[in-house]
Amino acid sequence: MFHAVVAIKQVPDTTNIRIDPETGNLVRAGVPAILNPYDAHALAAAVEWKRRLGGIVTILSMGPPSFAASIREGIELGADRGILISARQFSGADTLATSYVLAKAIEKIHSEEPVSVIFFGKQAIDGDTAQVGPGVSVRLDVPVITYCSKILLIDCEQNEIVVQRKAENYTEIIRAALPVLLTCEKEVSKIPFASLPDLVRSLRYEPEIWGYEEPLELDRDKVGSKGSPTIVFKTATPAQTEAGELIYCDAVGVANAVKKVLERTEFRSATRVME
Amino acid sequence: MILHRVWVYIEQQGGRVHPVSWELLGVANDLAKQLKTKIGSANEKVSVECVLLGNNIRTLARDAICFGAERVYLVEHSALEQYMNAPYCKNVTALAKKYAPEVFLIGATNLGRDLAGAVATSLETGLTADCTELVIDEVDRIDHPLLLATRPAFGGNILATIVCRERLPQMASVRPRVFPVPPKSDNAVGEVITEKAVIDFRDRRVELVERIQIDQEGVNLEYADIIVSGGRGLGDASGFKMLKDLADVLGGKVGATRPCVDAGWIAYEHQVGQTGKTVRPKLYIAAGISGALQHKVGTQNADFIIAINKDPHAPIFDMADVGIVGDLYDVIPEMIAQVRQQKESESL
Repeated sequence: MFHAVVAIKQVPDTTNIRIDPETGNLVRAGVPAILNPYDAHALAAAVEWKRRLGGIVTILSMGPPSFAASIREGIELGADRGILISARQFSGADTLATSYVLAKAIEKIHSEEPVSVIFFGKQAIDGDTAQVGPGVSVRLDVPVITYCSKILLIDCEQNEIVVQRKAENYTEIIRAALPVLLTCEKEVSKIPFASLPDLVRSLRYEPEIWGYEEPLELDRDKVGSKGSPTIVFKTATPAQTEAGELIYCDAVGVANAVKKVLERTEFRSATRVME
Repeated sequence: MILHRVWVYIEQQGGRVHPVSWELLGVANDLAKQLKTKIGSANEKVSVECVLLGNNIRTLARDAICFGAERVYLVEHSALEQYMNAPYCKNVTALAKKYAPEVFLIGATNLGRDLAGAVATSLETGLTADCTELVIDEVDRIDHPLLLATRPAFGGNILATIVCRERLPQMASVRPRVFPVPPKSDNAVGEVITEKAVIDFRDRRVELVERIQIDQEGVNLEYADIIVSGGRGLGDASGFKMLKDLADVLGGKVGATRPCVDAGWIAYEHQVGQTGKTVRPKLYIAAGISGALQHKVGTQNADFIIAINKDPHAPIFDMADVGIVGDLYDVIPEMIAQVRQQKESESL
């Protein structure tokens, strides 16, 4: 049976973040929290294949209780089950600690119902690290295929998947034995319109909460800030740059403005390094 | 003797090295220099080293030495002919365990990110992504150097400096073009150490069926000398045609801001900024771009910036060397005409 686990994250909509010019602090108030867009597309791909093959889609997330809203959104898009790993001890996790807990959870899910494909977005838009997917794959000893842009085939009987992935200058077709872990580009699937039954179900849906004590057996030195080798040493706001000269078209006319700018433009000597 | 090793992963595909690898060798040498001033005894040494994996790529080791590696750990095997996550991860991990570098830098390309996250997890260590500044902490005496890795966070609104105090190696990824390529020294001396490949038959679970080159050059924005970029001020997708005309007459490439890409006006390959490409052109023309911080993060290394915007208070003017306040649909055609004219008069 096709069983997809989709790892999702709720993120602040970084396009709307502002800095308080007085204090230099991040203004969090009023910044909407959204389902990480890449995760939404990964989830859509999982649901699309569930519709073709039958099977189930399980959503997995780690975060505060407010993340339940994003899990509900996933149920609305067609997922069957949602699990939220949530406890204060998990907070402060960096990518290493996050990958540990997610891997443990996926092992547990797998022991109940074998997993065929683990879906991740290619990265979360708040941290942009793209590290957790490959990290989880190492912990589970499951092959990772990053930057997946299209799923061409999933065959649970032949235990096979064929996908297309993107690199900077080429695309690749990869064939792999199941289970695999994919990190997905937006192209992997379009976000579908929710069906009425899914929509209704999502409204009342409460995700299963997995805590610190159970059901996972966790090495306590590996979770949360304790299990995170990286810490924030300091933060700063970017230095202000000095504004350049402004030329107003209204004042000098378009032709003169362009002329002036082209005269001012200097090209430093061309040192080509890439031949 | 104690050897403090600073490592760089040399990214190669089909015998071509991604220039970010050379950029990182420049950074590694800077870090080594800082480190040398902090060494306590004559018993300690600092060494810039790199790892190079592939098949029939021995000649690339020489290039790495010329760009500043003192030692190259070379692994060659037919199973490493094409980059694949698992075999590359296992070999890099094995080398890192054997030699215990204190700092390990990897390019934040698609390939490098694919590898770095897996290697850091295998080594159970910290990895800071997309660093824009790397320095060794100013502490008098240390057992191992503390790397201060600074990266933009929250859409470029904040610069966060991350440290990994208790585990080694301290890993960091750096995007192409954040640092310059160091000078190549053709008579540099270095050592090539051949290492045996680690091969796990289970990695045959994944098979590369086909690789399709998109186009030899790709958009390759990162390495363009001239970029003409458009933002929301273009109004719609058709504006990019005009920008392409300007880019063509200047011999440059077309860039775009994230809202334009999100709106589907132009492909992601053209996106400049924190979630797109970091660029380092000699000339950057920003048309109809307001200048959000996440865009600035990707363009701050440009030598010269011309901004065109209707709004004289647009933040883009704060980072531009020169700005034109006016309608880009008047300014760009005029610019195309003047550059063309200039070229014609030069060719006469």
